[in-house]
Amino acid sequence: MSSPTTDLQQNPLHSSRSRVGERIVYTLLQAAGAVSVLTTVGIVFILFSEAFTLFADVSIVNFLTDTAWRPFVSTDSDSFQIGIFALVQGTLMVTVIAMAIAIPLGLASAVYLADYAPQRVRKVVKPILEVLAGVPTVVLGYFALTAMTPLLQSILGQENVDFFNPMSAGIVMGIMIVPTVASLSEDAMSAVPDSLRAGAYGLGATKRQVVTQVVFPAALSGIVAAIILGVGRAVGETMIVAIAGGNLPIDLAGTADQVVNPDIINPLQQVQTMTAYIVQAVQGEAPRGSVTYESIFAVGAMLFLMTFSLNIAAQRFVRRFREAY
Amino acid sequence: MSSPASLLQKPGSAEVDLTASPKKRGRELRFKGVLIVATVISMAVLAWLLIDILTDGASRVNGTLFTQYTSRFPEQTGVRAGLTGTLSLMTLTALIAFPLGVAAALYLEEFAAENWFSRLVEANINNLASVPSVVYGLLGFGIFVGLLGRERSLLIGAMTLSLLILPVIIVASRESLRAVPQEMRNGGLALGATPLQVAFTITLPAAIAGVMTGTILALSRAIGETAPILVAGAVFSRRADNVPWEFTDKYSALPIQIFDFVKRPQPEFQIEVAAAGIIVLMAVLLTMNSIAIYLRNKYSKGY
Repeated sequence: MSSPTTDLQQNPLHSSRSRVGERIVYTLLQAAGAVSVLTTVGIVFILFSEAFTLFADVSIVNFLTDTAWRPFVSTDSDSFQIGIFALVQGTLMVTVIAMAIAIPLGLASAVYLADYAPQRVRKVVKPILEVLAGVPTVVLGYFALTAMTPLLQSILGQENVDFFNPMSAGIVMGIMIVPTVASLSEDAMSAVPDSLRAGAYGLGATKRQVVTQVVFPAALSGIVAAIILGVGRAVGETMIVAIAGGNLPIDLAGTADQVVNPDIINPLQQVQTMTAYIVQAVQGEAPRGSVTYESIFAVGAMLFLMTFSLNIAAQRFVRRFREAY
Repeated sequence: MSSPASLLQKPGSAEVDLTASPKKRGRELRFKGVLIVATVISMAVLAWLLIDILTDGASRVNGTLFTQYTSRFPEQTGVRAGLTGTLSLMTLTALIAFPLGVAAALYLEEFAAENWFSRLVEANINNLASVPSVVYGLLGFGIFVGLLGRERSLLIGAMTLSLLILPVIIVASRESLRAVPQEMRNGGLALGATPLQVAFTITLPAAIAGVMTGTILALSRAIGETAPILVAGAVFSRRADNVPWEFTDKYSALPIQIFDFVKRPQPEFQIEVAAAGIIVLMAVLLTMNSIAIYLRNKYSKGY
């Protein structure tokens, strides 16, 4: 132990005197924080650099306006088409089906948990919803393919329902998203001050009226944020659609020798989503520099842009909801 | 006659029940009924899923499943490669993600000044949490195809998963660091410890239970992740074990094998072996979550 005088001279709380070792450790901690920034930079760089290489070979106008997705055909061939629209259509269809399930079920669960459920019921329901949120998506894909699709086939007729279809993938995905929508909207509804509820009760409103006409509107921006985040999860979800949604994008270009799949609104016929394409294409041995290889990243870039803007929108709504009280 | 007197004779307002009208009460009950049914539906689907998997796969969970590698014959197929691959992946992921995540959390919670850099890191963590996992896989894919010439390796898979769960670990660790009372830090500082010494000998040990719980929960999320490692070079069938220290080996993983089985045309694979693989995966998941809950209960201190 050094003497008191040297201790005073080397006051360790004085930043300019901090020892070299401390500087190094501090820099290491800062570097760890930087890793997350570098991850984003790496993702953006790799996605967009490869996507732009693709647009050197294929016009970006074609990428946005072609009506079929045939990236495995040689670029010289007449039937070559690379319209991202065909994959976006698959993603949108599955997302719409999923949200048609997740929004009503999720919001109803949220209202029930926030204003109706007794404490002991809440203690049972919330962990079960957490378990549901934690089921690996490959398991949900298995469930969609081997349980949901046969169920749809037995209800709607075997010949009407493809073995791979966006309907069963979308339904299972919707169930998967219920916990996301439910827990975030329940937080928003619980944050509505009780004085608002008491005021409405004082005016003679029934519980249903209080919940639907006071609590729900007051929590609306938080609820919208929850729904937007749910949409983001549906757009980016991969394994359910890769297993149960199919690998045949819609195809509106009539000129080709390819299998044409022109049915744009039939949810019982197989489609291909953006994420399913990524999974399919990386399993091939597309060499670096080929159009197929670059198209994987172009689709990834599109996916990143979509989920990124959804997240920004959700954050806007959350901020507005926080400002309210 | 309805004089004021007759109104006064009525008992106190407490008994004037506005829901007493049968029509109104019916509407109230129906609304509550709809809410309950909607809440039960998603739980019922979860129950159906678990029962479906157990009935499909329970009979196939036997010795062969654990000791054999992938085979053309369903009755000789096992998930040994996937199980060793998953365990190795998780070991490496923990070794990479835990120190990085804790260090980043310490930096943000204990040291970061309110400047552009810390704000950038904060905003970035929020955004990373919303990036689809398959996009992380593309980062790994770009590296192993672009830089390493298609050399698939366990390390690339573990790095991909580490980046994926890093935001989760950081958020959980920050929360438990924040729960450590300021008095404890002040006590350390008053004894002459440097801020770094306080962080490593007082704050972090006090928060370690929460940090560990968060890390294990993040890892158990990583176990089930299929898309990122599928894209980042995991292989379907491998006829050898993975060990963490041979991190340049090719690798498979439980969810990857399940995906492989589900994609095969024979129902013995698609339904029975896949379900058996899922049971193993869910058992591993359940074990990890139980450890996390045990740690949380055992070491959680109320300050």
